[in-house]
Amino acid sequence: MKKLSIAGTVLIFVLILILPFSSIVFSAFQSGIDPFFEAIKRPETIHALSVSLIIVIIVVFLNGIIGILLSMEIVRGGWRSKWLRPLINIIVDLPFSVSPVIGGLMIILLFGPNTLMGLFFENAGVKIVFALPGMVMATVFVTFPLMIREIVPVLAKLGITSEEASVTLGAGPLYTFFQVTWPSIRWAVYYGLVLSIARSVGEFGAVLVVSGNIINQTQTATTLVYQDSIDNNIVAANSVALLLGLFSVTVLLILEWMKKRKEDRYHAH
Amino acid sequence: MKIISFRKAMRSVLFSYLLILVVLPISAVYVRGFSLGWEPFWKEVSGVIAWKAILLTLKLSILATFIQAVIGTFIAFVLVRYRFLGNRLLNSMVDLPFSLPTAVSGLMLLSLLGPQSPIGNWLGSIGINLLYNQAAIMIGMVFITFPFVIRTVQPMFEQLDPFEEQASYTLGAGKVFTFFNILLPSVFPSIIAGSMLAFSRALSEFGAISLISGNLPGKTQVASVFIYGEIQNYNTQGAAAVSIILITISLFALCLVNFFQKRRRTKI
Repeated sequence: MKKLSIAGTVLIFVLILILPFSSIVFSAFQSGIDPFFEAIKRPETIHALSVSLIIVIIVVFLNGIIGILLSMEIVRGGWRSKWLRPLINIIVDLPFSVSPVIGGLMIILLFGPNTLMGLFFENAGVKIVFALPGMVMATVFVTFPLMIREIVPVLAKLGITSEEASVTLGAGPLYTFFQVTWPSIRWAVYYGLVLSIARSVGEFGAVLVVSGNIINQTQTATTLVYQDSIDNNIVAANSVALLLGLFSVTVLLILEWMKKRKEDRYHAH
Repeated sequence: MKIISFRKAMRSVLFSYLLILVVLPISAVYVRGFSLGWEPFWKEVSGVIAWKAILLTLKLSILATFIQAVIGTFIAFVLVRYRFLGNRLLNSMVDLPFSLPTAVSGLMLLSLLGPQSPIGNWLGSIGINLLYNQAAIMIGMVFITFPFVIRTVQPMFEQLDPFEEQASYTLGAGKVFTFFNILLPSVFPSIIAGSMLAFSRALSEFGAISLISGNLPGKTQVASVFIYGEIQNYNTQGAAAVSIILITISLFALCLVNFFQKRRRTKI
């Protein structure tokens, strides 16, 4: 029974995870190593990767700061009304339940060329849809719950006793935050950041809709993979996909290592 | 006094951020969908292609969720209970579909099941086609939703009180009987919670499915791909109408998750 169950589990893993992943390695190198590097060295690949990088940097920066502040506010804010906190919780979770394509549609509906706000920003000389600002907004929409969902449980578990002690001993709020709160939530923040990086790099549906997928302008790494596979450019698509896949595996390994650190911290308390 | 007013200012800024980022965009979809009243909304949704896309998505998501509930619970059980070579490795691989970009996941399945690969070739020679049909969409959904049930059920198996199980064995019950009568009922709420997460993910998946489904309108076109097509055709009204249906269903699923997880907490 035990052996059978283990064999079944391994079989499922092989069928669902290992076979598909090995197939991109196989396809990327099917005509040798040189076509792989040629595909990576194409100007559009390099441009797409740099667009992805810019988006990731802005999004992670925004998510990091807003995530920490908002989590503190959700856990610590003195809530006058009882229904406000669950409401905020639902709002924070909403992006999880919305299809990325719909996330992109929202931004087009709000800032598209024929809308009030779209016209306003157009006159101000800022293009939002089919440009970087819209893509950043779409990615932020999709990724911002990740950070908060990591920090809130840790903050709630922590309690405020040590912070109160710090304040009674005469420390200011900033000092208290960096000396008392930060060391405890540090690993949760790092964990949330790595998750956000992974999701921002991988975000596809929302970015595809908002960016218009214009080659050498708004094309990101994932939309390039999509374009290449639609154009039946199999080797190129798989080469970029392999790059992204290896990145995801690296992220996974980092997360695994962090999980252990995070748990160690829990037990230390 | 200064600190209090600073906190108030901070709170207003944060709430406006939430409002602009989440509440405003989602209401924009509802406003656009109903902008011309109830009847045009209904006309968009009940159009043959839109309606078939919604039904197909619902049908396949439910099926994929069901498969996931069964194999997810099974895998969670095996990973928690049995120590074997590679257990840790498999455990860390569970999250792979979550961390992979969805376009990459789609391409993986496309390369795996396509005629160029040995496996796709072999499947083709025995007359099985798993690309550009409903089976392909199912495979995509199962791949994408793989971590959800496992990750919600796993901690429950870890926390289980061993006494009940031992009592069941002492009273002469077999392993299978104990699993179905003692273990399964106590993890059942988390199976439902995980399944609902998987369901809502399967419902909204776009990247992986758009590459392998073939997107035949009325046959293999799922709702999110339909929405994408409508956006490309500048029919935002139609896209918003179908979006409303999708958002409402997955909101409902999300509320169910909250309900089941709350019940679990109060039980402990």
